[in-house]
Amino acid sequence: MAFYSTNEFRSGLKVLLEGDPCSIVENEFVKPGKGQAFNRVKLKNLKTGRTWERTFKSGESIEGADIMDVSMEYLYADGSFWTFMKTDGSYEQLNAGPEAIKDAKDWLKEQDTFEVVLYNGDILSVVPQNFVELEIVETDPGLKGDTAQGGSKPATLSTGAVVRVPLFIEIGEKIKVDTRSGEYVSRAK
Amino acid sequence: MPLGWPTLSLHPQKDPHMADHWAPSAQIATLKMRHDLMRRLRAFFDQKGLLEVETPILSAHATPDVHLASIETRFGYLHTSPEYPMKRLLAAQAGAIYQICKVFRAEESGSNHNPEFTLLEWYQPGWDDQQLSQQVVALLQHLGLDRNSQYLSYREAFTATLGIDPLSASLATLRELAGELLGQPCDDYDRNTCLDVAMSFGVERKLDPNLITVISDFPAAQAALAIKEQQPDGFWTAKRFEVYCGGLELANGYAELTDAQEQLARFEAENRDRQTRNLPIMPIDTHLIDAMKAGIPACAGVAVGVDRVIMLCLGKKHIDDVLSFPIARA
Repeated sequence: MAFYSTNEFRSGLKVLLEGDPCSIVENEFVKPGKGQAFNRVKLKNLKTGRTWERTFKSGESIEGADIMDVSMEYLYADGSFWTFMKTDGSYEQLNAGPEAIKDAKDWLKEQDTFEVVLYNGDILSVVPQNFVELEIVETDPGLKGDTAQGGSKPATLSTGAVVRVPLFIEIGEKIKVDTRSGEYVSRAK
Repeated sequence: MPLGWPTLSLHPQKDPHMADHWAPSAQIATLKMRHDLMRRLRAFFDQKGLLEVETPILSAHATPDVHLASIETRFGYLHTSPEYPMKRLLAAQAGAIYQICKVFRAEESGSNHNPEFTLLEWYQPGWDDQQLSQQVVALLQHLGLDRNSQYLSYREAFTATLGIDPLSASLATLRELAGELLGQPCDDYDRNTCLDVAMSFGVERKLDPNLITVISDFPAAQAALAIKEQQPDGFWTAKRFEVYCGGLELANGYAELTDAQEQLARFEAENRDRQTRNLPIMPIDTHLIDAMKAGIPACAGVAVGVDRVIMLCLGKKHIDDVLSFPIARA
């Protein structure tokens, strides 16, 4: 893998820090009038999601990380692994562990497409689309005609996730959910 | 982490094609105000009778300063400052001189840095560093930077902001301080690197944003091209000063070293330092050494980052806001 010098640092660059793959979020060049220059760098640890701040002496190099962003289709779960398939025509299948799917777990519907981050060819994390459409499998009976008033109730989706929905929504309906907030958006068309 | 000679990649973003990059990053209104400021700047020196000079940008010689990366071309080096040839003019009895020119420093890119930038440099024969630092403040005020000034020694600046005496503190203490400021261990940093961390991440960030601050009497190890002197308590310092507005560094000046032997020894020491750091050895400017042998008058000189002064005068936060075409669009 290539090494990157501080002068090649830019946001989005994937590097290895303390053995973990990281993405550079911010890179600030700092130099006193004369003397040693520094790069103050914010990095997101792609394994843990935590943000790190590190300062490098300008001219130092760090190893790049073999990270690829690809689209993959979710196929099935077998209890310990979640299986995805590449959509680039290769039909290659890869398994993801519980850590990798934790952000997508509530929204995993078979045959839906997800953004998958590959690290050294393995699935590091799975990112759901911003909006998903899922069916309601359980909720209290709807109130007839009550389409305008406020008020909400919990509803369980086919994936097991529970979201709050308006009172008029019924079992068997499909709804659109914002995966970033976990909130109901509308009935699916 | 291996420490290698960085490749000369000048363009921080190597985007294949940015369709909007034909356009300047500065507004035309800003460029007009920049023009006005440049006229005022020249008027300041013309009124005082300084001679405006031009010296080569392309030279067979380059600075051996380990922290300056000169850009090498097929025909020589682009200068990082016009200092050496201007001193040759002083040796030739040019008197007080000033120059406004583009200089080049590879690797320097950020909100306050562009690898190609405009430097103002001037020399006053017969003056010392203190007198010259006062003239820098006068120039900034002349350009409309309506701020009061304060004068601190490097020592005073450190004790006031960090509570540490930079000259007497042990290396262990300085490493601890650097570690605290960066939030990571700095156990392999040398004394100067620790001091540079403390300056950049400690002192500078605590300077009063409403004041022009002159910091003088740097540690002798950071003398660069300034005369060294011994303090009453035995510590050696350099007659070097930096001018800041808030935490933004604007100028660096010296009571100039004029001794040819000492100058050559410092250049050679820097080249040896380069060797240990695996950096290329630079061809020492022998014309400068010869000029010093012929005799450079006692003088003070200073270099001012013009783009930063313009940023401050116009209230701009990024250097790209005052440049027509910064490196990513050049």
